[in-house]
Amino acid sequence: MTDTLDPRSWLYPTPRGLYCKPGDFYIDPAVAVPRAVITHGHGDHARPGHRKALATPETLAIMRTRFEGMADTSQQPLKYGESVRIGEVDVELAPAGHILGSAQAVLAFKGQRIVVSGDFKRRPDPTCPPFEPIPCDVFITEATFALPVFHHPSDMGEIGKLLRSVATFPERTHLVGVYALGKCQRVIKLLRAAGWDKRIWLHGSLMALCKLYQEQGVDLGDIAHVGDAILETFRGAIVLCPPSALADRWSRRFADPVPAVCSGWMRVRARARQSGAELPLIISDHADWGELCQTLKDVGAPKVWVTHGREEALVHMARSLGIDAEALHLAGREEEGT
Amino acid sequence: MQAFAALLDALSYQPARNAKLRLIETYLRETPDPDRGWALAALTSGLDFPAAKPALLRGFGEDKIGAELFHLSYDYVGDLAETLSLIWETDPNAGPPPTLGEVVDTLQTATKMQTPAILKRWLDSLDATGRWALLKLLTGALRVGVSARLAKQAVANIGNQPVDAVEEIWHGLTPPYRPLFDWLLHDAPRPSSNAGGAFLPPMLANAIERAELDALDPAHFRAEWKWDGIRVQVASSGDVKRLYSRAGEDVSAAFPDIIEAIDFEGVFDGELLVRRDETVAPFNDLQQRLNRKVVTPKMLKDHPAHIRLYDVLWLEGEDLRALSFDQRRARLEAWNAEKPRARFDVSPLVVFTDWAHLAQLREQMTSDGIEGLMLKRGDSAYLAGRPKGPWFKWKRDPMLVDCVLMYAQRGHGKRSSFYSDFTFGCWREAAGKRELAPVGKAYFGFTDEELRWLDKWVRDHTTNRFGPVREVAPELVLEIAFDGIARSTRHKSGLAMRFPRINRIRTDKPAAEADTIDNLLRLLGTAGVENPAESAYVTAP
Ligand SMILES: [Zn+2]
Ligand SMILES: [Zn+2]
Repeated sequence: MTDTLDPRSWLYPTPRGLYCKPGDFYIDPAVAVPRAVITHGHGDHARPGHRKALATPETLAIMRTRFEGMADTSQQPLKYGESVRIGEVDVELAPAGHILGSAQAVLAFKGQRIVVSGDFKRRPDPTCPPFEPIPCDVFITEATFALPVFHHPSDMGEIGKLLRSVATFPERTHLVGVYALGKCQRVIKLLRAAGWDKRIWLHGSLMALCKLYQEQGVDLGDIAHVGDAILETFRGAIVLCPPSALADRWSRRFADPVPAVCSGWMRVRARARQSGAELPLIISDHADWGELCQTLKDVGAPKVWVTHGREEALVHMARSLGIDAEALHLAGREEEGT
Repeated sequence: MQAFAALLDALSYQPARNAKLRLIETYLRETPDPDRGWALAALTSGLDFPAAKPALLRGFGEDKIGAELFHLSYDYVGDLAETLSLIWETDPNAGPPPTLGEVVDTLQTATKMQTPAILKRWLDSLDATGRWALLKLLTGALRVGVSARLAKQAVANIGNQPVDAVEEIWHGLTPPYRPLFDWLLHDAPRPSSNAGGAFLPPMLANAIERAELDALDPAHFRAEWKWDGIRVQVASSGDVKRLYSRAGEDVSAAFPDIIEAIDFEGVFDGELLVRRDETVAPFNDLQQRLNRKVVTPKMLKDHPAHIRLYDVLWLEGEDLRALSFDQRRARLEAWNAEKPRARFDVSPLVVFTDWAHLAQLREQMTSDGIEGLMLKRGDSAYLAGRPKGPWFKWKRDPMLVDCVLMYAQRGHGKRSSFYSDFTFGCWREAAGKRELAPVGKAYFGFTDEELRWLDKWVRDHTTNRFGPVREVAPELVLEIAFDGIARSTRHKSGLAMRFPRINRIRTDKPAAEADTIDNLLRLLGTAGVENPAESAYVTAP
């Protein structure tokens, strides 16, 4: 570690995204670039059209499923824990615990180490390995749920709420709004863990990624496409769909459905009501307030850059812990709904 | 408490009326006395705790996580009770959570000094939903989309009674309503209906527009002015003399001049006004009396209250509500003619031949004490609630002015993620320069779709931020509708609008062509300018 080296001199935000100068690459850039390092497959991090892309093999597989024309991108898979040198920078990917394939980018240059954590969470997820705290000089953290009001309750407790509702309204269909990548497969795994071994029905737009998860060795049990059912009434069934489909024509095929939404935002009533949920379930793939604060302590970085959400509160908290913290404004990051 | 919390939680996410009824009915059936009675009181705003002021909750929150983080959290959530319930953590060693009855009993006997400690213990023992429900209860703002009427409907349903059978006796009952539940669920006799001094559910009108009138036969309808005061009910029986607001709130204490002047027995429907000599004072004068906790002799002298009677419901021990409007009106006029009273008079009928004639009379009426016209079917009985058909209100057209959007702020509650509070201004010349001066703030008038559009516009045109407020480029013209305008020393522009709302978004109009302050001053017209009061409204012509 060199005291004289300013980390901002070799890693800084640009209109195209976070840029690493001595390696001449971008991390999760907002537009197509000559060389990109991708932390995970969500749309605000992974985009098509890069000339070269480095990511975990799982993330590259996700990108191939989601984007057309990936054949034109030269893809460089890097497994967790392996290291590669790009220009003058050593790059390593460490598990982020966010979704399948999600990684923190660990960058080392002239003895200084910066961790770009992407999106992460700290609680167990049956679809990916857990977050690994990496000691570093600068830690770049997300702040999606960075307010003390965000405390995600136990995910099995929330799944229990769903199953209780199914038992209370056995004649109704439970329509559960989930994001197609990550949330969908995690909720299926949680339902299986809670003992729900019946068929789980899926909206068409969720099929491709579920198939990919299965190919990657994630056992989802009996799943089927709603569109393939002919005689099914869906009474008492659990049907997963993207949140936008809850208010869609598509949902009219179900008699008297109970709309549920799985998201960390469901913690706040106004947000839950906006989503149209009658059954809001607080299940998130992002760290909650307590986990964000704990993570700052675990990685022990003297400098923290906060991005991607409610930076102000987390910067305040980090400073009160004696950390030199500031907000980092990155292009192309929309509020994520997971 | 947890069962009540679960009920409130489910209600708050349930949009369908019937499902709401089912949830409340199930709760009332399954919950023992007295908890269900207290819950019913809470849903009908019948619980009054002196317990939790916003400052206390804010203090709790700031102690817990610091002022800065609490402020950021509150700003995001938009609701104080909910914010506190979310940032608090359950203490597994705090013991069992309290029952609803325990909460009510404890708070009614606890001293002011004891309350904070008790409240903290409860917050520790409840989960986030329980804390939310408790704090909503203590701050008196449940806001779960249940009207008192709906709650009474649910109560009536569990005993297979019509809701009006519950309404009739409601004001003779007190929480936790044991005799009510005994009647509805256990075949006990119905609690007595005591009209004397009790509030009777009022009859309300539906709004109507000129075009809709042509479908109605003018011969069936009587017209009267809708006075710009507060709709009230005067109830007197024996020693009990009361003045109720339309919602049944007892406002007698603020109007001793009215109460003293009651020398009759009966229940009357009328408009509460401030009247000097023969003139009805602007609404603002009445508001000043309403806002006073203590009524000073000076206030009584300068702002004398008056009631203009529209209808009579009971008279000298007789229930007149089943009679027709014409019959009740005849009784009212005869009663008034027998003994005219200084503080009570009867609102005159407006005589008209057809709708065109009535429209003309409405146009010509320029008095600022009138909000519009009421139309009532001559054969209408006095029915509780807002029945469709017998009564209509035909309001005056609002005033319109084109303003320029200047600032936007996030709303609270349901709108907390939208910029939904808009400050707008008009042009004025100052030191040879043309500048915008803020003239008002509007929170409604727009559709959900327009709100989304405005929210995006604000985000795309922000030029400056001050905490939760965004300043925007002075480029968007909003057509503002309002019901009155008055001089005000509290506003920078010297003007205050009454009930301003966004009527239209004028993307077609360049901002430079929006109205000027001078145009607004002209709207003040004659009536308001020389009024000595700090602010006096001129209502829409
Ligand atoms: Zn993500
Ligand atoms: Zn993200």
